[in-house]
Amino acid sequence: MEMGWRWDFAIEILPKMAVATFNTILAAGVGYAIALVVGLFFLLGQRTPSKIINWINREIVEFIRSTPLLIQLFFVYFVLPQFGITLSAWVCGMITIGLHFGTYLSEVYRGALEGVSKTQWEACRALNFSTIYTYRRIVLPQAFPIAIPGMGNYLVGIFKDTPLLSTIGVAELFHAATAVGGYNYRYLEPYTLVGIIFLTLSIPAAMWVRKLENDVNKAQGKIKK
Amino acid sequence: MTYFEFLNEHGVTLLLGTVTTVKVLVCSMILYLFISMIFGLMRLSKNLLIQGIATVYIEFFRGTSLLVQLFWAYYVLPFFGISLEAFTAGVVALGLNFGAYGAEIVRAGILAVPRGQWEAAHALNFTPSKRIKRIIIPQIFPIILPPAANLTVELLKATALVALVTVVDLTFEAKQINSITWLSAQCFGTALLIYYIMARFALVPFLRWLEVLAARKVGKEKI
Repeated sequence: MEMGWRWDFAIEILPKMAVATFNTILAAGVGYAIALVVGLFFLLGQRTPSKIINWINREIVEFIRSTPLLIQLFFVYFVLPQFGITLSAWVCGMITIGLHFGTYLSEVYRGALEGVSKTQWEACRALNFSTIYTYRRIVLPQAFPIAIPGMGNYLVGIFKDTPLLSTIGVAELFHAATAVGGYNYRYLEPYTLVGIIFLTLSIPAAMWVRKLENDVNKAQGKIKK
Repeated sequence: MTYFEFLNEHGVTLLLGTVTTVKVLVCSMILYLFISMIFGLMRLSKNLLIQGIATVYIEFFRGTSLLVQLFWAYYVLPFFGISLEAFTAGVVALGLNFGAYGAEIVRAGILAVPRGQWEAAHALNFTPSKRIKRIIIPQIFPIILPPAANLTVELLKATALVALVTVVDLTFEAKQINSITWLSAQCFGTALLIYYIMARFALVPFLRWLEVLAARKVGKEKI
């Protein structure tokens, strides 16, 4: 077996990796979309007046946040069939990522809502606005910019956690690299290419998030223009 | 098979796996704290070369996935004649990855120390190394500990990944038992519970205690 980097092999496997990259991006996108919605539900649970629901909600969030995503994946993938629910690896992966990062996003939402000054609420009450109107026209437009950096960070975070999906057999980038590597018994090029592809996608994404963060801070007057 | 019987039969195996998980956690924690200190300081260096090295390191490890780095350390490094044991590869990859995140926390912490402290140390004619060691470093702990605590909980969760490079930790044992008995709910459920207990009732209280300790040390009482 030849040691060292082989360009011909790297170029040969590149088309396969490109297809798998598309799957990775798809998985990250779908997982993120689910997480955004799940986060809203956890936020609702947090803000309902019932103390019991608040408590249950908080315990669930704590539990999901302090256990590894990998085992959660295994749990969903292997345990649901025992109860007669057989889902494909893709669906399991998306559900788990959605739930896991939904808990993180609910914290982002909460922080953003709390970032809106209390006097805004008082002013709305003084003007006799309904709660829904207050949220829709006054609070949410102010909370959203605060949430943007956190939301962007978790998009990048989900993207970097998608390789875990390969452990339950989702055909994303890392899965493809392992398959190609096993077939040819050469892991150097596939895994290195995965690293390079991740770098080329996530560094611009992270820079974009940082720019958003700066823009938000500027718009709120925290940094001088 | 009741859950009690399951625990009776496989509980010891899972506990042994937990011991390995704790070992991985402690080793990679020490490594990542050490690395984040060094690279956090390097990032603030006036020397462009040193600063550049730190920036490249941080961007590289934050930009790629931890799993990729783990597999690279375990399966690719042997191509270059460096064969690491699974445990070492796991600890090194975890330490390097979290060190990159930690370095950013340290950098932010150092920048958060009031300028007056630097100036006062300068005025008292402290050498640069003494200034950092005796004045700045003790003051950054209360600032960096809360975010570092979050990162350490993330590290505990990330240690599960070393199972994929054949380290026999809690996750590995749970997977192993699952493939023998097919009692998925029991073994993964128990593993989840053990991770939860470790995070919530051991690691987090310990880190909170450190935060209180650090705050007290610089005279900022914390409730």
